[in-house]
Amino acid sequence: MAPHHEAFRASVRELAQSVVEPLAADVDQSHRFPDEAIAAAAAAGLMGVLIPRDYGGAGLDALAFTLCIEELAQACASTSVIVDVHTSVGSEPILLFGDEEQKRKWLPLLASGQLLGAFALTEPAAGSDAASLKASAHRVGGDYVLNGTKVFITNIGRAGLYIVFARTVPDERAAGISAFIVPADSTGLRVGQVFKKMGLNGSPTGELVLEDVKVPAANRLAAEGQGFTVAMRALDSGRIGISGQALGIAQAAVDQARSALADRPRQQGDDFALADMATRVESARLLAYRAAWLCSAGKPFTGPASMAKLHCTDTAMDVALNALQLAGEEGTLVGSPFERHVRDAKALQIYEGTNQVQRYVIARDLLKSR
Amino acid sequence: MDFEFSEEQIAIRDTIRELVQDKVAPRAAEIDEKAEYPKDIEELFARNGILGIPFPEEYGGISGSSVTICMGIEEIAKACATSSLILAVQALGSYPILVAGSQEQKKRLCPPLASGEKVAAYALSETGSGSDAAALKTRAKRYGDEYVLNGTKQFITHGSIAGTLVVFAQTDPDADHRGISAFVLEREHSPWQAPKLEHKLGIRGSPTAQILFEDVKVPAANRLGDEGAGFKIALAVLDRSRPGIGAQALGIAEGAFEYALNYAKERKQFGQSIASFQGIQFMLADIATQIEASRNLVFRAATKVDAKSPDLTKIAAMAKLFASDMAMKVTTDCVQILGGYGYISDYPVERMMRDAKITQIYEGTNQIQRVVIARSLLR
Repeated sequence: MAPHHEAFRASVRELAQSVVEPLAADVDQSHRFPDEAIAAAAAAGLMGVLIPRDYGGAGLDALAFTLCIEELAQACASTSVIVDVHTSVGSEPILLFGDEEQKRKWLPLLASGQLLGAFALTEPAAGSDAASLKASAHRVGGDYVLNGTKVFITNIGRAGLYIVFARTVPDERAAGISAFIVPADSTGLRVGQVFKKMGLNGSPTGELVLEDVKVPAANRLAAEGQGFTVAMRALDSGRIGISGQALGIAQAAVDQARSALADRPRQQGDDFALADMATRVESARLLAYRAAWLCSAGKPFTGPASMAKLHCTDTAMDVALNALQLAGEEGTLVGSPFERHVRDAKALQIYEGTNQVQRYVIARDLLKSR
Repeated sequence: MDFEFSEEQIAIRDTIRELVQDKVAPRAAEIDEKAEYPKDIEELFARNGILGIPFPEEYGGISGSSVTICMGIEEIAKACATSSLILAVQALGSYPILVAGSQEQKKRLCPPLASGEKVAAYALSETGSGSDAAALKTRAKRYGDEYVLNGTKQFITHGSIAGTLVVFAQTDPDADHRGISAFVLEREHSPWQAPKLEHKLGIRGSPTAQILFEDVKVPAANRLGDEGAGFKIALAVLDRSRPGIGAQALGIAEGAFEYALNYAKERKQFGQSIASFQGIQFMLADIATQIEASRNLVFRAATKVDAKSPDLTKIAAMAKLFASDMAMKVTTDCVQILGGYGYISDYPVERMMRDAKITQIYEGTNQIQRVVIARSLLR
C-alpha cells in the first residue's frame, strides 16, 4: 500500500474512532440516523472520496474508498453503509455515465455531502432478477413521467437524490431499462414503509413510491436502454465498498474478542478460534484490496469484486458469530458490540447482490473467459 | 435408527402442536417485539398439563421422560423460542429436586410445579463464575434449622418470575467445589430480589434476571442432598437438561426451515420459483440433512437420559453442541434464502436467527460441551 493510502487510512481512523465509534451503540439502540457522524464525514471530505477534484471531490481511487468504508465500519456499520451507498451506487453512476452538465450540476453537491445519494433498483418482485423490474418511465415532451414502487432502498427519506431505474420500453427485460437522476423533492415521490430490521438500525431502509413523478429528460443518465448497464457497473464497484464494510465489522469483532480473552485464563480452544478469525479477515482483506486495485488500474474487475464481496461478507458473518461465542452470554446483551456485529453483518450477505448472485457472477465470469 | 415414541408421547406432541399453532405462533412476533414475558402462554401451558411433563405421575405430573420433554420443547420452539423456555426451564429448575431430592422433598415441592401453579428456575451462574461454575461465591451459612443466603446470581432465566428457585451456594468456602450445596427456595418463605433484567439479542420475551440474596433464610429441610453435594447435583442436572437445549435449537431450526422452504417454492425470480435453482436446492438439502442429523442426536441423548445410560454425559453434550451449532447455521441460511425480506421484522426468520445464538451459549457454552466430550473420551 502506498504511503498516501496509509496516511489517508490513518486520518479516517482518527475521525472514525473519535467521532463515529462513541455514537455506535446509541445509533443502534435508538434506531436513529447518525447525523453527527455524517456531518463529520462530510466536513472531512469523505462524502466525495471518488469524485474528482474538478467536481469538488477528493479525487481518490477505489482502494482509498475501500479503506474509508473499512475504517468507518470498524466504528459503526450503520454509518459506513450510509456513506458507502452514497459514494458508490448513489454517486458513481453520475460520475461514470453522466454528461458534463449533469456532472457539474450534481457532483459538487454530492461531494460536499449537501445531497445524500441513493440507488433505487430493487422492487418487491425484482430482487436478484433486477432485469424484471416494472417501474415505468414514459416520455412526455421534455420530461419523463415515472411510476412504480422500489423496495429496500438504503438512505430512504434522507437522500437528496435517487438514481432510479425504470422501464422506457415494456417487456424487453434489461434492454428496456433506463436510469434517471430523481431529486427527492420531486412531486409525486414519497417514502413508503420504512422497515424495522435485524441490524444496521441507524441506516434507514424502505420503500420509495413514485406516482407520476415528472423528471426532465436532462436527468436521464446515458442513453435510453442503457440503464441496466449503468446499474451493473455501479454494483461492480459498490461491491468493493461492501467488502470494505465487511472487513471493518470483522476487524472490530476480532479486536474486541482479543480484548475479552485478555481478561481470562488462556485456553487453547480460544486461542485457535481467535487465530482462525484473524487469518480469515487477513485473507479477505487481500481479496478486497486486489479488487480495488484492479478497478483503479482500469482492469476488468467484475469477477474479483464479486469474489471479494462473497468472501468478505461470509467472513464477517462467521467472525461476528465466533466473536460473540467467545464473549459468551455477556456478549448477547443489548449495548454489547458483539451482538450488534452479528445483526449488522447479516445484511452484507444479502444486499448489493445476495451471495448467491455473487456466485452466479463469478461462475459466469470464469466460464466466459475460457 | 428410528425412535419409538409411545402412543402417549405422540398424543402429547400432537396436543402441543395444535396449541402452538393456535395460540403460540400468532403471539411470537409480538412477544419478541415487546420483550415481554408471555404470562398468557405460561397459563395456557399450565392449564393444558404441559408444565407437568417434567414430572412423573406420583409427583403430580404426566411424564417425567426426557424424550417427552424434548418433544414438547421442540414443538414449541418451532414457533417461539421464548415460549419453549417456559417448558425447558420448568424442567431445568425441577431436575435438581427430581435427581437429588428425598421422597419427602419431591412429594412436597413438585406438585405445585407440575400443576403450573409455580414456575421453577435454576441459579448457578454468577458474574465471576460462568464456565467456571465451581468458583461461585454465593454463601449459605447454617444457623440451627435454617441457612442464610447472601450473594448475587447472574443470567438466571425466569429468576424474576419463578416461585421455586434452586440455588447453588458455598456452605464451606475453604472446600472449593466440594463446599457447594444445593437449596430449594420457595418465594413465599424465602423471598429473593431480582433487581435487574437484561435486554438481549434474542429470546427477548424470556426474562433473564440478576438475582440478589440478602440474608435470605432457607429451611434446612430444603437442602438437596448432603452439604457439599451441590456441584455434583448441578452437573447431573445439566447432563439431563442439555438434550432439551438441543431440542430447542432443533425446533428453532425447523421453524425457520419450514418458512424458508415455503418461501423458496413461492418466490419467483427469472420467471421461476427460486427453489428451482440448484444453488437454493443445495442449501435446502444441506439444511434438511443437518436438521435430521440433529434430531437423531437429540432424541438419542434424551433416550439415554431416560435409560440412565452410563454415557449420557457425553451424548447429551454432543446433542447440545451439534444441534445448537446447526441451528445457528441453518437460521442464518434461512434468512439468506429470504434475501432482503429475511432481514426485516415483518418476517419471522430474523427473529429465529437471533434466538438461535443463545443455544450455543447457555447451559454450558459450546466450548464447555467440547471440554465435557473430550474429558469423557480421554478418561
